[in-house]
Amino acid sequence: MTAHTIKLHDIANARAGDKGNRLNIALVCRDPAHYAAIAQQVTAERVAAAFAGRRPSRVVRYDLPRLAAFNFVLDDVLEGGVNASLGLDGHGKSLSYMLLDIDVQLEEAIVATVAAAHAE
Amino acid sequence: MPARIAIGGAAGFAGDRTDAAGPLVDALSWFDGPRFLMFETLAERTLALSQLERRKNPQGGFNPALDRFIGPILARCQHEQIRVVGNFGAANPPAAAARILALARAQGLRAPRIAVVEGDDLTKDLTAHDLAARETDGAILRDATEIIAANAYLGAGEIAQALNQGADIVVTGRVADSALALGPLMHAFGWRADDLDRLAAGTLAGHLLECGSQVTGGYFADPPYKVVPGMAELGYPIAEIEADGSMVITKPEGSGGRVDRLTVIEQILYEIHDPAAYLAPDVVLDLMGVTVEEIAPDRVRVTGARGRPAPATLKAAVCIDGGMLGEAEISYAGPNAAARARLAAETIRERMRTRAPDLVVRTDAIGIVSVLGSNGGAPEWPAEATDVRLRFAAQSRDAGAVERLLDEVEALYCAGPAGGCGVRRRVTARLASASCLIERRFVSPRVTMIGGGA
Repeated sequence: MTAHTIKLHDIANARAGDKGNRLNIALVCRDPAHYAAIAQQVTAERVAAAFAGRRPSRVVRYDLPRLAAFNFVLDDVLEGGVNASLGLDGHGKSLSYMLLDIDVQLEEAIVATVAAAHAE
Repeated sequence: MPARIAIGGAAGFAGDRTDAAGPLVDALSWFDGPRFLMFETLAERTLALSQLERRKNPQGGFNPALDRFIGPILARCQHEQIRVVGNFGAANPPAAAARILALARAQGLRAPRIAVVEGDDLTKDLTAHDLAARETDGAILRDATEIIAANAYLGAGEIAQALNQGADIVVTGRVADSALALGPLMHAFGWRADDLDRLAAGTLAGHLLECGSQVTGGYFADPPYKVVPGMAELGYPIAEIEADGSMVITKPEGSGGRVDRLTVIEQILYEIHDPAAYLAPDVVLDLMGVTVEEIAPDRVRVTGARGRPAPATLKAAVCIDGGMLGEAEISYAGPNAAARARLAAETIRERMRTRAPDLVVRTDAIGIVSVLGSNGGAPEWPAEATDVRLRFAAQSRDAGAVERLLDEVEALYCAGPAGGCGVRRRVTARLASASCLIERRFVSPRVTMIGGGA
């Protein structure tokens, strides 16, 4: 079967939260059927690479299969967080969308489901 | 014992919509069982800001929007026996309670019985040095000499005690956000301190309610991927909780927003680190076994929270002076705007290199690269950009250096590239906050009853 490249944003939701200089991003599958593909592809290493510009000192992924969700915890990516960041987003709220920008490979049949959901 | 109780989450932060409580009060009036309304209005820095306010005005230091949060619902809460729990007392819970009594008097209501929960303030018992020795994940406090605010996150015990004593309204300062729901649950169902799974369920209920609309479609919409109807009139959440700790999350009928598996899961994991160990003052919450089930439109059943014994220490939020943050912006528009903006940025960098060499200056090009950029280096933007707003930012305890940056940006009006416009500048006092773990012996929470013939 042909694999199609899509953005995580096409099939998953994310919300970021901060504590000091540590960020967590909850990643939730819109359709639990995508859980396995995301679990396989969106590893802590991939996420660390996607956030390389923010130089995370540690990235941990927690799996919550009952919720078809993951929790990523990224240390030291907030440039000091609300205390010290000179940027507009000291909380790192928008970084959930940096995670959703990651590419994933899905089989054709699932891509069709995504397209149908958009057409609704 | 009641079969179930309902708790409405009327606010998720100090600046939340102040008219959200009205529709919750309407919905709770129809609920068959004890009903409560909670207000969470105290983010990490909010209490320190309130403390600074109290220094200026001894009768101030509570949530400045208290009148607007409470005023419109006071009469109906009294009439419908909806009891209110809020941390809007901030740095001065007794003053907030006095203000609520005054509001009730002005509306011709019977004086409510108000409980004031205090004991979160650590500044009398612990020095800056003591707190620095207890700091976790950083060294913000290492060289601090003056603490603006240091408050332990209290548990739900005193809130439950206040309700047991008949309080209509419970005013707190710093408590764990989730305690605002756990307190009413411990009161209504008589949950004990070793009822760990139930305490965990109550903590989860509080966690789901504490950010207001963030569980009912707020902070969620991303059309067409995530569609939220009625954003302008979002319904705030209601948790209907049974004695065994299972709960249904819902919202007032006819209100905007949505409650489903996706909105609930996003909030379950909000600001969570290890989902098997969410630390609260009364229990350690394990989310690994939690399941959510859509049982009807806008009704989601949440079960499976597990609890382990509470940590030996309490978390405290500590704030110190963080210096000044200076920000200045200027726009360039039309043909070749990108090149002119780039020259402006280079000019500022060169001026500052010799005039305030120690100041780290961040440059953003808003709309092109600003939010996702990093502190280091200049932004890159496409040469064809025709509307560039530059933003410069720096932070320092040296106010002169910060002002110098803003002056230099303003001077671009004449001495910068052609067509610079719309300079805005501001300096904000910054608070630096740190987390500490405090031995419980330093914290002695207490409840005082006022009003209502007390």
